Amino acid sequence: MNYYVMKNNQRINLLDIPTIEFNTLRAQLAATNLRPVSFFGSDWGQNVKLFVVLADDEKGELLVVSSLIDKNVKEYESITKDNHQYHMFEREFYEQFNIKPLGHPWLKPVRKNQDDYEFFEMEGEETHQVAVGPIHAGVIEPGHFRFMCQGEKVYNLEIMLGYQHRGVEDLMVKKPSNQLAESICGDSVIAYNMAYSQVMEELSGMEITNKAKLIRRVALEMERTAIHIGDLGAILGDIAYQMGKEVFGVTRTLVINTMLEISGSRFGRGLITVGGVNFDIDKDLSKKIVDVLNNVKNTVEKMTRATLKSSTVMSRLEKTGVVSNEIANELNLVGMIGRSCGINLDSRFDFCDEFYKDFERKSFNATNDAYSRFRIRYKEIIESISFVKKLLKKLEGYEKEDLCVPVKNFIPNSFALSVVESWRGELVHVATTDGEGKLSRYKIKDPSFNNWYGLSMAVRNNGISDFPLCNKGFDLSYCGFDL
Amino acid sequence: MDNNLMLTLFNILILLLAPFFVIGIIKKTKAFWSGRKGVSIFQPLFDTIRLFKKDRTISTTTSWVFNFAPAVVFVTTLLAGLFVPMINCYSIINVAGAFIIFSYILGLGKFFALISAMDTGSSFEGMGASREASFTTIVEPAFFIILASLVALSGNYTFASLADVIKSNGTFGILIVILAVVSLFVMLLTECSRVPVDDPTTHLELTMIHEVMILDNSGIDLALITWANGIKMVILMALIANLIIPLGIGFGLSVGLFLLTLVLLAVIIGTLESGIARLRMSHVFEFVFVMSSFALVVASLAAVKMYGI
Repeated sequence: MNYYVMKNNQRINLLDIPTIEFNTLRAQLAATNLRPVSFFGSDWGQNVKLFVVLADDEKGELLVVSSLIDKNVKEYESITKDNHQYHMFEREFYEQFNIKPLGHPWLKPVRKNQDDYEFFEMEGEETHQVAVGPIHAGVIEPGHFRFMCQGEKVYNLEIMLGYQHRGVEDLMVKKPSNQLAESICGDSVIAYNMAYSQVMEELSGMEITNKAKLIRRVALEMERTAIHIGDLGAILGDIAYQMGKEVFGVTRTLVINTMLEISGSRFGRGLITVGGVNFDIDKDLSKKIVDVLNNVKNTVEKMTRATLKSSTVMSRLEKTGVVSNEIANELNLVGMIGRSCGINLDSRFDFCDEFYKDFERKSFNATNDAYSRFRIRYKEIIESISFVKKLLKKLEGYEKEDLCVPVKNFIPNSFALSVVESWRGELVHVATTDGEGKLSRYKIKDPSFNNWYGLSMAVRNNGISDFPLCNKGFDLSYCGFDL
Repeated sequence: MDNNLMLTLFNILILLLAPFFVIGIIKKTKAFWSGRKGVSIFQPLFDTIRLFKKDRTISTTTSWVFNFAPAVVFVTTLLAGLFVPMINCYSIINVAGAFIIFSYILGLGKFFALISAMDTGSSFEGMGASREASFTTIVEPAFFIILASLVALSGNYTFASLADVIKSNGTFGILIVILAVVSLFVMLLTECSRVPVDDPTTHLELTMIHEVMILDNSGIDLALITWANGIKMVILMALIANLIIPLGIGFGLSVGLFLLTLVLLAVIIGTLESGIARLRMSHVFEFVFVMSSFALVVASLAAVKMYGI
């Protein structure tokens, strides 16, 4: 097997990455059981260079390999045929470079050309189509959902996205900035900005202070806490359980208001910058954060206990929207949703750094349904709160350090990669520089990219009125997918 | 002033105005339970006035049905309300067999609401209409059984005999009234789309029942439909009130007790909605069947009372 083995948050020389013949690569990918975390093309003169990054989660290693495909050859043999985990990646690659994967079973548009989208259709008595969106009744992002139903039962759901495609990857190459990075997906500001900043720092060989690293991780865990609490409320709101909706809603505000005290923005905008962080957390603030989080933890525990005692809530959550472990594996579901289906992936621990390594990785008893998606959030809220407290304790030891180090120029011919566990899951940013030290490609993979198809699977054979509950449980990003 | 004229005026006032305050009180109760201040109880009234000032937007795919239906829904509901007794068992139109006319007038309104929803050609609205229709098929027979048993007990087939049930049947009557009230309350939750059957506050098109049927209505149409829905709630509450408020306690006390019952029912609905989640669509049927089973018990008790064992 021919790979270049690297760690998370590491820069390697672009020219060190082995470039192999496509058919060899194809055979290699079909044979391995390592999952892809990134799969993208880059302009390479007459050719397109295809980069594939695989994750060895047990060893905590990332394996990089590349292959050249001639631009004049408009097709290649699909990898998805043998390994369904490449299904979305190949569709995206086809859309970006117009090189067709032959034999791809579901070659549909990803973000562009929605007019050409051919929906899967069923015919027969009592079967009917329900088209929802892209404009929805509530304040949610645009996306089109096409249900094939028989009566109230859903047979198939197709999700067509791309309404918010802004060309973020190209913008990143032209004019990279923290402001752009944190605007890609408004509910994962910290995760996106952290991944971006880490990639930029690697590309220029900067070493930031431990203090900055700790503050970033505190913010990341607080973001996770806040969004998860909000989601618990939203899940309960969808099933009209008002008590839970209101209590969790109020509690989330406490967390984001604390974020406001740290960085001046409730979602942590402007906190992280290339080279470090912009705002310090001093002793007083640190104590305040701990107090708020203790209070939050108390409320969340009480409310969760009350919620899960309610028979009406349990009857809605249990056995709704089940995604079996086999399907979850086949689709390569990641992050919190993957964990709720029994896939134990968590890039905080899989690609462990010096701060997370002493934290305990607790197991989760997955039941694969909406109930599981509720409990995983609860579990992660409690864990994140304890992580924040431990991180703040560690921060005391680095009081004297600087917040920020000076920015350097990019090193030519570099390939840098950063995997950050956002609250949704594995967020991957990859960047390469050319021979002159300019950015030549920026690739983002949001966890939603893997997980949207999981939602389609979850609603199969469920009532169509349970779709919102499943959707909320997954709570995937539209703009993170559309880029 | 003539006594009957006063009662007639009172009935009409209740029918037209109480809906806003009942909805307002429900909202206030929910706000209370969630620790919010909530909107004023006049807000539903203001909303309706605001909607009356607005233009109608009518989709090009609709026919005359869609245009016509909101008026039919409003008029039929109001008309049905004229048969319902409020104070001292006085109803504006009092005829034998009124409950049959009453149900079918309401049924006509519902029919127009359903076909108007289908008329828009939207896939959600068809779905909502289908849900609404299927729940009605369960609610309607149960409602007939209950009302038929209650009026049969008194021997005179008018709504006015509702208050007689307790008085003339003693403890037996109390038992029957309790069961009838519970089952009318279930009907109220179903027909007026409250939790746990429907969620009036949701924005999720796919889970709605009543709300989804009126997605395309706007302005005055929307105002009429929501008003009619409120009137329907008041009508059902009035039936419950008539079952439990005794006759011959004087005008002032009757009015007081009647209004108190409306307020209490609204508070109960608000509290219920704050504390429980909505049922899964497939389980709603089981919930609505509670009404049917209670109705059958009421019928058997009435039969036992009337014919002995």
